[in-house]
Amino acid sequence: MKRYLGLWLAACLLLFVQQAQANLTIEITRGSDRAIPIAIVPFAGEGLPEDLARIVSDDLERSGQFEPLPRDSMISRPARGEAVNYRDWRAVSADYLVVAEVTAEGSDYRVRYELLDVYGESRLLGEVVTADPQRLRAAAHYISDQVFEAITGIRGAFSTRIAYVTAQGAGDARRYGLHIADADGRNSQQILDSDQPIMSPAWSPDGTKLAYVSFETERPAIYIQDVTTGQRVRASSFTGINSAPAWSPDGRQLAMSLSRDGQPELYLMDIASREFRRLTDNSAIDTEPSFAPDGRSLVFTSDRSGGPQLYRYDLASGRVERLTFTGNYNARGRLSPDGESLFMIHRGNRGYQVARQELESGRLVTLTEGRWDESPSVAPNGSMVLFATQQGSAGILGAVSADGRASFRLPAARGDVREPAWSPFLN
Amino acid sequence: MQFKPYARSLAIALSLAFVAGCSSTGGTQDGSMDGSRDGVSTSGAANGQVGGVGVGGTGQNGQQAGIPGVRTIYFDYDSERIRGEFEPVLNAHAQYLRNNPSARVMLQGHTDERGTREYNLGLGERRAKAVERFLSVQGVSPSQLEVVSYGEERPAVSGYNEDAYAQNRRVVFAY
Repeated sequence: MKRYLGLWLAACLLLFVQQAQANLTIEITRGSDRAIPIAIVPFAGEGLPEDLARIVSDDLERSGQFEPLPRDSMISRPARGEAVNYRDWRAVSADYLVVAEVTAEGSDYRVRYELLDVYGESRLLGEVVTADPQRLRAAAHYISDQVFEAITGIRGAFSTRIAYVTAQGAGDARRYGLHIADADGRNSQQILDSDQPIMSPAWSPDGTKLAYVSFETERPAIYIQDVTTGQRVRASSFTGINSAPAWSPDGRQLAMSLSRDGQPELYLMDIASREFRRLTDNSAIDTEPSFAPDGRSLVFTSDRSGGPQLYRYDLASGRVERLTFTGNYNARGRLSPDGESLFMIHRGNRGYQVARQELESGRLVTLTEGRWDESPSVAPNGSMVLFATQQGSAGILGAVSADGRASFRLPAARGDVREPAWSPFLN
Repeated sequence: MQFKPYARSLAIALSLAFVAGCSSTGGTQDGSMDGSRDGVSTSGAANGQVGGVGVGGTGQNGQQAGIPGVRTIYFDYDSERIRGEFEPVLNAHAQYLRNNPSARVMLQGHTDERGTREYNLGLGERRAKAVERFLSVQGVSPSQLEVVSYGEERPAVSGYNEDAYAQNRRVVFAY
């Protein structure tokens, strides 16, 4: 039995500084018919390096829950609540209004913003945010989070990040990359580059590390890399498959699928002690584990009944319960943060799509329209699901709201992008 | 096509040029490289060099002549059954391996691009293990065989059509 106790490998971080062509861009593909009309007035202030109102507007639109008013429909452009003429905004059917002014304060910027209820003629939020020029986009995402939560009651997830895998080139020239970016696809950084496949990035619950599978030794192994420093450790490199790492909610354990004892089985690794505990034992493929939010059970894929279906493993009792019964292919399950919905890849008549099943009722709804959709990853607030899909012959990322009403995609300038992983809340 | 050292080095050199060309900012290295990590890295430049040396240099020249020329066999959809047409290929490899007890081969299992990636790793392993069992029955020592599954991660052909799928459902003999 090979164990790599404490074998820390120093890795270095590629510091790609704002490579525009590496960023993913957002294209809204389907707006929700229930979106709330909101007006984000261009922020007052001279010579700003970023259009903050545009960032807030794009964030809210992307969520599918808001319909921002086009700028050319705005009758006036107030900078403060006391200057607002509410009739101007009722006239264009905006339910809510965001106004702000930005002033330079030394080398920093001071953003004073307000959220106003147009029909109630009242102020819902008023706050001052200070940011250095490099953090201006982050300040805008913060404002989006506050506005989203004030209106929907759901915590905003605009200040989060995503990880994803890229592949470029063909045959022996193929190269694979692991990247992280802001949730809107901007500020992308490559944190690993390899001529062998990279798979299954998974964020630690505190958002500081990524576990992933790399074939850089020509065999699959699981690594854990610190996102900021690039330091990493090889966590599992047994003979056979080492795949599908999944963090426990307390960050102390990593569930994974290993075939060291024959066929792929689920194991639990204690990260501090490197002790492995085998969970499943049968002749089927057991893989793609994912912890329930309460940490008491794992959802996983198994073909023990023939085709792949989703099951739940109860960690206390070892009891296994089958969860999916609709269709003959349901795999890579991910539970919603409230534990009530199960997102998965479901094969239907038109191909492989992202679907949601309510655990209580067992009812399954297909959310996407691709033919080869893969790798669903749920936002930490449960509002959206990122997944991998195709545009032409290229792999791109897509996102769909949890109710399926709104969707957008994040095309890359070139190459294939896949295996998105949405980070936990980072603030 | 598999693992020709010079072809691979060329490919790496080309990809290096590509990386250099599209990354005006370059990379900085803020940690020491571990030499055991072939072909992967963090700084574009160091990476290509390490990969070219480490991956290309598996030097099997002495045995090259006798290795059977057909080194890829194909599978039906959702199946790890060895098709009759490929049994002669497996028999030739079995004979070669029996005659060359020091030769070792990595059986690389692959799937087409449909379905989920991690599950496909399992399916690719089933195919490679079916070949391993076949060779073992033919008297090849288990110590000469290693199974590795790439799932759908290294397609031979890209594309979402039946022709591409058929070429990607395969096991490759990598000596």
